[in-house]
Order: sequence, then C-alpha cells, then structure tokens
Amino acid sequence: MTTGETMTLHLKVWRQRGPDQPGALTPYTVTGVSPDMSFLEMLDLLNEQLIERNELPVEFDSDCREGICGTCGLVIDGIAHGPKRACTTCELRMRNYRDGDTITVEPFRARGFPVLKDLVVDRGAFDRIISKGGYISVNTGSAPEANTIPVPKYKTEAAMDAAICIGCGACVAACPNASAALFVGAKVSQFALLPQGHAERKVRVVRMVEQMDTEGFGACSNHGECEAVCPKKISITYIARMRREYFKAALAGV
Amino acid sequence: MSEWFDIGENLLDGGVPPGAIEVKWDRYRSEMQLLAPANKRHYRIIVVGTGLAGASAAASLAELGYTVLNFCIQDSPRRAHSVAAQGGINAAKNYQNDGDSVWRLFLDTVRGGDYRSREANVYRLSELSSDIIDQCVAQGVPFAREYGGMLSNRSFGGAQVSRTFYARGQTGQQLLLGCYGALMRQVNAGRVRLFPRREMLDLVRVDGRARGILCRNLVTGEIERYAGEAVLLCTGGYSTVYFLSTNAVNCNATAIWRCYKKGAYFANPSFTQIHPTCVPQLGEVQSKLTLMSESLRNDGRVWVPSEPGDTRAPANISESERDYFLERLYPAFGNLVPRDIASRAAKKMCDEGRGVGPTGYAVYLDFSDAIEREGIDVIRERYNNLFPMYEEITGEDPYHTPMMIYPAPHYTMGGLWVDYNLMSTIPGLYVLGEANYSDHGANRLGASALMQGLADGYFIISYTMEHFLASNKREQVSTDHPAFAESEESIRREVARYLSHTSGKSVKQFHWELGRIMWDKVGMSRNAAGLREAIGEIRALRKEFHDHVHVPGTGEELNKNLEMAGRVADFFELGELMAIDALHRNESCGGHFREEYQTEEGEALRDDENFSYVAAYEYRGPDQKIVLHREPLKFRHAQPSHRSYK
Repeated sequence: MTTGETMTLHLKVWRQRGPDQPGALTPYTVTGVSPDMSFLEMLDLLNEQLIERNELPVEFDSDCREGICGTCGLVIDGIAHGPKRACTTCELRMRNYRDGDTITVEPFRARGFPVLKDLVVDRGAFDRIISKGGYISVNTGSAPEANTIPVPKYKTEAAMDAAICIGCGACVAACPNASAALFVGAKVSQFALLPQGHAERKVRVVRMVEQMDTEGFGACSNHGECEAVCPKKISITYIARMRREYFKAALAGV
Repeated sequence: MSEWFDIGENLLDGGVPPGAIEVKWDRYRSEMQLLAPANKRHYRIIVVGTGLAGASAAASLAELGYTVLNFCIQDSPRRAHSVAAQGGINAAKNYQNDGDSVWRLFLDTVRGGDYRSREANVYRLSELSSDIIDQCVAQGVPFAREYGGMLSNRSFGGAQVSRTFYARGQTGQQLLLGCYGALMRQVNAGRVRLFPRREMLDLVRVDGRARGILCRNLVTGEIERYAGEAVLLCTGGYSTVYFLSTNAVNCNATAIWRCYKKGAYFANPSFTQIHPTCVPQLGEVQSKLTLMSESLRNDGRVWVPSEPGDTRAPANISESERDYFLERLYPAFGNLVPRDIASRAAKKMCDEGRGVGPTGYAVYLDFSDAIEREGIDVIRERYNNLFPMYEEITGEDPYHTPMMIYPAPHYTMGGLWVDYNLMSTIPGLYVLGEANYSDHGANRLGASALMQGLADGYFIISYTMEHFLASNKREQVSTDHPAFAESEESIRREVARYLSHTSGKSVKQFHWELGRIMWDKVGMSRNAAGLREAIGEIRALRKEFHDHVHVPGTGEELNKNLEMAGRVADFFELGELMAIDALHRNESCGGHFREEYQTEEGEALRDDENFSYVAAYEYRGPDQKIVLHREPLKFRHAQPSHRSYK
C-alpha cells in the first residue's frame, strides 16, 4: 500500500452528449491521483474536479467495482478493459501508470453496442440473444431431486469455466469484426456440457446464433482478441464447441 | 415517551397461520384461494428489481400466466447485486449424513439471528431450502460436485454441519444467471416486459392499495407511469447509506424509502451486518470496500502490535510484541468467532491506537504459520483467487507479508415490515429478499441471504399474492388517475430542486460526509450520546444538502449525478431513522451493539424482557412524529439463550 505520493495524468476522453450526436476525444488533466485508486476512482476524481469547475462530468457505467457484475467496460489506450490481463476496468489500479502519462479512454465500440452518452453503451443485444435460448426451460416447481442426475466433476468444471462469463462485452469490443461469438459460445457450451441442457441442445444453438446475426454482430474469424481481453479468461475453444454444436444441429435439420 | 416517535397502541400482527409449525405452511398454501389459469393474464404485476428475489419472482409469476412488468436500474437484469455474493447457499439436504435437517437449519437460523426473527417465517425458509437447490440444478447452475458426480457441500459461517452449496467463489453469480435465464425465457414468451435503466421513484396508492409506480427512464430522463394489480419490491439492502460498503455503488434504498413515505412500515432499520474480512480503506476517494471471503479466517491469524502507535513493518515486530487478540479474548473459537464479534474486536484494537496500515484502521491477517505448517502450495490452492485479488487491490503480496483487513458494512437485516404473506402494511405491496425485514433477525448467518431471496421469489410469493388477488375484486386502474399525476408533479419538483444550483458541494461529497457520520456513530458499536449527536449532524447536513447540493446537467438526459442526488436525499432520512431505532433499542443483539449494554467481558447483552419485538416505524407526514409499532416475538421452539464463544 502506497501513501502520500500522487500523480497528475492527462486524459483524452470520448465525449458524446447523446446517441445521435457527434462525439470527440476531449483532453482533460486530472490531479491528485493516488496509485492505490482504481481506474474508475480516478474517473470519479476527474468528475469531482469537473463538477467543481461547473463542467459536465464524464458519464460511464459501473456498479459492483469488484469485477463480477460486468457493468463497467472502457477501451483504455486501445485495449478493452485496459493493459492488464484477466482484469475488468474497475479492477485496474492506477499503480500501473506513471506521473504525467497520457491515457485515451473510449467506450466499447461495435455496431451491436450503440453509444448512449460519453462512455455508456447499450448492450441490450446480449439480453436479446439470451432470451432466444440461454437457459434450460424448466418451470418453477417441476425440478427433480438435485442428486438424481450425477454430473461428472470434469464436466461441471468445464461448464463453470464457461458460465463465469460476466457479459461485459469486452470480447465484442476487442474483435476486429465485432463478433459476439465468445459470449454466445460460452453460454451454448455451458448447457451443451450438462445433461440438463440436452433436451434443447440443438434448437438453442441455432436460435442464439440467429439472434447474434440479427443484432449486427460480425462473424468470428479466429483472431483470438476476445480471449486476450476476457476478464474471466474464457477460452476460444468454447467458440469451437459452439460451431460443432451448430453443425450438428444443422445436420439434424433444426 | 420519546422525543422522536409516538408509540402505536395496538400490537402488530404478523398474520402467522395456525397449526403446528411443521405443517403450517403446507396447510396454509393448500387452503388459499386461487385464480382461474386463463384469468391470470389479465393481472398486471409490477416487479421492481431483478436480483435473486426479483428475477425468480418475475419468472415464476409469468410461468403461471400473469402479465409481468419487470424493472431494474442496471442496463441488464443480469447485473443486479446478487451477482456479487461469493460463499454459497444453505439447504437442509443432509447429503453429508452429518445430522442436518429442516429443524436444525431452522434452529441455527433463529439462534444466529439472536432471537429477533419470526419463528414461523424461518421454519418455512428452512423447509423450502431443498426445493431451491433442486430448481437451480435443473436450470443448469454448475454447483461444485464430487468425482462421483454428486453435489458437494462445505461448512460455512461457523455451522457444525456441511449444508452449503457453492459454485466456486461465485455462487451468487451462478444462481442469478439461473433465474435471469428463466426470466429471459418469459421475456421471449411475451409474458414479461423488461424495463432496464429505470429507477422507481414513487409508489401510487389508489383507495389505499398499491396500484402503480413511477419511474425515471435513466437514459432519456422521462418520468414514466405504470399501473398494475400488485407491486413487488425486490430492491435489495441499504448498506450504501454508509457510503463505503461491500455493496455495489448503485445499491440504494430509494424504492423502499419512497414506499415507507407512502405508508409502508419500516422494520428494524438499525439492524445492519458489518463483515469482518474486507480490504481496508486505502484513500479518501475510494468508492467501495472489497470483501475477502470469510473462509480466510480458517488459516489466517489475526493480530495487532501490543503497543499503541507501533508503525514498524510487520516483519520487524517480534512474536512477543504481537497481540493475537481473537485467540486471547476467545480461546475456544479463536479466529473463527462469528462475524459481529470479530468485527467489534478489530474496531476495539484500532480505537486503542493499535491499528495498522496507513490509516491505522486495519488489523493483520497473517498466514505465515499456515504456510510454514502446510506449505505455500497448499495455501495457494485453497485460496487461489483471493490472494491475487488482494494483491491486485493493495499491491502487496500476502504470501510474504500479512494481509490487512478491516470490517465493512455488508448486509442489512432491516427493511420494510412484511407479514407472513410477504405483504407490507400497504395492501398489494409485497417486499421480497433483502429489501424486507423478515428471516434474519438481528444478524444473518453466512449463506442464508441467497436462500431467502430465492425462497421468497420462487416458492412463496406466487401463493400469497394469488390469494390476495383472488380475494379482492379486480378493478382496472389507469395511469390517467389523478394519483399518478400528483406523484409525477412531486417528482418533477424534486428533480428541478436538485438542478437549481450551479455551485456548491457535489452529491458524492455529501454522501461521503453522511457515510462518515453513519460509520462513526451508527456503525459497528453505538452509544446513546453518539446516536443523539448523529441525529443532529445528519439533520444539519441534510439541510445543507437541500440548500446547496450542486448537480450538473439536465433532467432530460442520462445524468448519474441526478440519480445519486435522489438516493442520497433518501439516505439522509433513512440514516436518521436508523439512529433513532438504534437509540430506542436499549439492548445489544446480533449486529446491533450498544456500548451501554454489554457483559463484563464486553459481550452483547440482550434484553428479552423488554425488546423481544420487531420495531416497525410508520411515517405520517413531514410535520408529524413517526410512530413505533411493535410486533411481539414469541419463541415456542427455539428457546432464547445467550451466545458464548469463550
């Protein structure tokens, strides 16, 4: 833990008043940044300084500030969630920067994620994709006793490795095609790996992939940028699994 | 007599149905009135919140055929703060054959709540716990399993049986994604209409009944009206009244508070839980405190320097100069004493000037003995994600230098008062999950919050609400009703007031200052003098807030400072009520510790004779005294006894 010493940083922040208005990178200087602050606390500090000068604060989304809710997400110096691996924007600490640094801060950019204001984007497309099949259709009350169906440990673990997706959208922001394949692949794989998900396995993947295309996300061309920025280190092997699931469903004529 | 409130003459009745506790719920739900299945779609049900309670309720009601309108402040229902729960969820499955049962879970939960919860509710919760696990497994929640494929359990929060189900350290996330999936399935089926980025700002009552809500569209700023046959509040807890807490930064009390001001009673507002193992505050502009799992206390030893003001590095402080205070004070339980006791002891050490770290408000949690005993690899495997998380936040490596921890506000047991049906004192207004006062009394046990949210949403509300709807005539209310217009007018006035100053302190500064008062005087340990001071200070600061707060921007756009202004305004009022409640409760119980009421050893001293009741406050208007109503608590099965961890 460091104390006392603070930094002055130069920011170039994307400012855009509303969805249909033009935006631009605007320069700011923020003073008194402690190395222990998170990146978002640094932006909080900038906003307090802006309010004091009677300027409009920079709008950005955040909530849990511990890397689990998936609300925050900024492109920092060109990288979704910033320079550290396996880390959300809210978990990034300012000790990764030096006094006098210049940092560019932009929203997640993709056709599927329109900008609402400044750094805030609309990720409703993800919800619509999930609504097409990102679940097992079981009504409340109709579940069998929980230990009725044994699930091998390695399968549960593999399903969990996919299920930990926080839905932040960094995968889309990092992809040159703005593809949502890693997000969709993770959810498809979680249920394909579990016996509970088998009944709807084929129809699920087809519907979710169709919706992904409808939302305007691009196709996956195996760049792997998504895995590189994923704060939960979700592997692109789940994209491969989604493809296999999709082919099997297509062959079965779903 | 009290200078702060009048006392209601009639005792509050929780409406617990008759019959033996083991068959009460089963018989009651079997005798409830039902609606014809085809008629349910004519009923519009408003569900506010999409956490475990909200999403499970919205999905379950839609499955039954109701038309559901579901609101959340987040951009997606999947981000509700239930997502951050780490440890697990309790259920009396007795898979481990270690003596667990519905009865044992019931007794543990009543005792854990220090005998300030309603017995019949807690029994029902224990009864439903197993169904919850079945439901979640069927949804594909990847709970931890054994090699044979069966579900795994661990012991948690000092329980003597292993009844906690978990999905790594992300149980809340996985359970939430389970009910989020169920919810999105109903959205796809057209039975749920989803309204993300909406904040409920008022409740509309028509002929006394809850008949609608008003929301601010957080993107456009529009004030929107929605009418329905019932309103379900599933809006979580209010620990962010302390500014710094383990809660998400947008967690707030506005929905429940505005309902309080429309006549719903607020129960036990001062019952809050302070979690002992959090990363301490590092600086003045910090936005939140991060919880480190309680499980760390299984291997870590808690200590401070023996002498006040010792600022040497921990490595330079010899064994004889260290005070392992939990082991010294509680030899039988040592570092594993319950949350409230561990938290208070740490605070005491820091108040004596023996705290460590840059602020002096931290204690060490030292793993060096465990590493020496079991090897660094064993410890690394056991706490694989926690040590790197700590290092990421603090920049220090806990394998080589002790962690620093300090307690932080975490959960609120208080909330809107509800009867056995989960209905508030406003007919048609239901409150589920952390937002209600119900099952946790004065202290919540680990892994019980997730259980309660899902029990309320999946398995209770559909029965009790249906009975209410079936017993009342259905009358359409339109959003053109004057009550909606009146409410909208008052919201517009409020928004205009916040936006009227172009200089002054920011909302965040006010919130920070309020949090400071709350933490210092209405926090982990309280005394009458401090609470009185707090009430005065809160009132003064609130006046300054309303006279001078500076909110930039306009009301017709996305404006997070404006959102926060409304929440902080409500926190001022809630904070005052918390202080009043803490001041009135002349006893110590669970998370509520009054310094005047302790044993010679410094332990909580409960007063069952005078305070075995739920304190529920009624708001009667800006110039009227509030009224304290009491619901007496009777314990027929779980006999009150004193806890000792010596």
